[in-house]
Amino acid sequence: MPSTKIDINLKIWRQENPDAPGSFQQYSLAGLSTDMSFLEMLDVLNEKLTLEGREPVAFDHDCREGICGMCGAVVNGQPHGPEPGTTLCQLHLRHFRDGDHLVIEPFRARAFRIEKDLVVDRSSLDHIIQAGGYVSVNTGGAVEANTIAIPQQIAEQAMDAAACIGCGACVAACPNASAMLFLGAKVSQLALLPQGHPERRLRALSMVGKMDELGFGNCSNERECEAACPKSISIRHIARLNREFIKAALFAE
Amino acid sequence: MTLGQTVRSSVGQKILMAVSGIMLSLFLVVHGIGNSMTFFGSKAFNAYAEKLHSLGFLVPLFELGLLAVFLLHIFLGLTLFLQNNQARPVRYQMEKSSGGRTPGSRTMPYTGVVILIFLVVHLLNFHFTDHSIPISDIVRNVLRQPIYALFYLSALAVVALHISHGFWSLFQSLGINHPKYNATLRSGSLGAALALSAVFMLIPLCTLLIKEFLR
Repeated sequence: MPSTKIDINLKIWRQENPDAPGSFQQYSLAGLSTDMSFLEMLDVLNEKLTLEGREPVAFDHDCREGICGMCGAVVNGQPHGPEPGTTLCQLHLRHFRDGDHLVIEPFRARAFRIEKDLVVDRSSLDHIIQAGGYVSVNTGGAVEANTIAIPQQIAEQAMDAAACIGCGACVAACPNASAMLFLGAKVSQLALLPQGHPERRLRALSMVGKMDELGFGNCSNERECEAACPKSISIRHIARLNREFIKAALFAE
Repeated sequence: MTLGQTVRSSVGQKILMAVSGIMLSLFLVVHGIGNSMTFFGSKAFNAYAEKLHSLGFLVPLFELGLLAVFLLHIFLGLTLFLQNNQARPVRYQMEKSSGGRTPGSRTMPYTGVVILIFLVVHLLNFHFTDHSIPISDIVRNVLRQPIYALFYLSALAVVALHISHGFWSLFQSLGINHPKYNATLRSGSLGAALALSAVFMLIPLCTLLIKEFLR
């Protein structure tokens, strides 16, 4: 597809610091290449703002190749924008039309704190991991890879869950600001593999307990999370988390 | 985690929501089968009602159990609704579905409240009323009035919307999700919800439109 130039009108949430009241500001950018990524568009805006002596828009980003989970904002009501299975940094302007109006908001949830503009503190997801999203065994020297037989199907499912980059789009997309897809992915990835088995029951209970404590909402099976997830992680993993939780709640000592 | 902590946790509440939902669904199915006796005439319908009431002490026992399940479902639903509202104190300026929500899932708490109001009216119409005349006449007396027939039809449409999400959602909450069965579960639960609602909706419709219905 040949690159063309388009104009985009932006309405971006600006907030000085976590305690300041924020508001929307409007900006217009002309002659943007459609080969540009969404974040590159924000770079162009920031360059312009800096040259004009105004405060640039703060936004999270790191790898810019869709694997680190750092970027993310809500574009016209959809986390990471309108393209399915795509992070914001991998969303390109060719998916927008000349003269489009875009509303850009930070991920919103009680458990996420807005640091500045579009920068959101998502360390609550780290606290959930700290509550049990790990395997606590001393591994010693690496054993021969095929000592523990794992069927290919199971390995693939675990990998599907492990594709979670922890960006928080599931929380942002959920009408209830629930972190269940994140939790489901993390619990699944470990519950499926033998290394994760010894602690699976305690893990499900303590991670769900931590999620509740941090002020996330409850899952009501709206399926918005899997639709918004840049890694297209299925709610199948939430179902597995539910099974893990039921077994643990009934039988764990 | 003690049992008390379990049922107060987010997943625990959802499981209780699903289990009470299953019980209410089963009740709805039995109620639907019982109601479909109306299509075989007033005699069949009245005989069914008489048979049901001849069960003696089982009837109030079942009613109390049903009331408890209803209250649990309503209480949990409202609790979850309030908790979920608090989980996002500042709303988005622009809200757009990423593609997961359905009309049913979107409106769950609201349709739930409408059903609660409907239940009160429904019980006043048919339960807490003069039972000296046959049940078929009680039904006719209420549903021959267009205002009541329309009320029942719209309330039942709301029920259909509620269970269009609920019938599927309860499987997911209980962890029943498998690629081999997902498509069947989804269309099957939707089909069952619509078919069941259709049976219920036919009764006010027939009573209103067919002069000799339940005569």
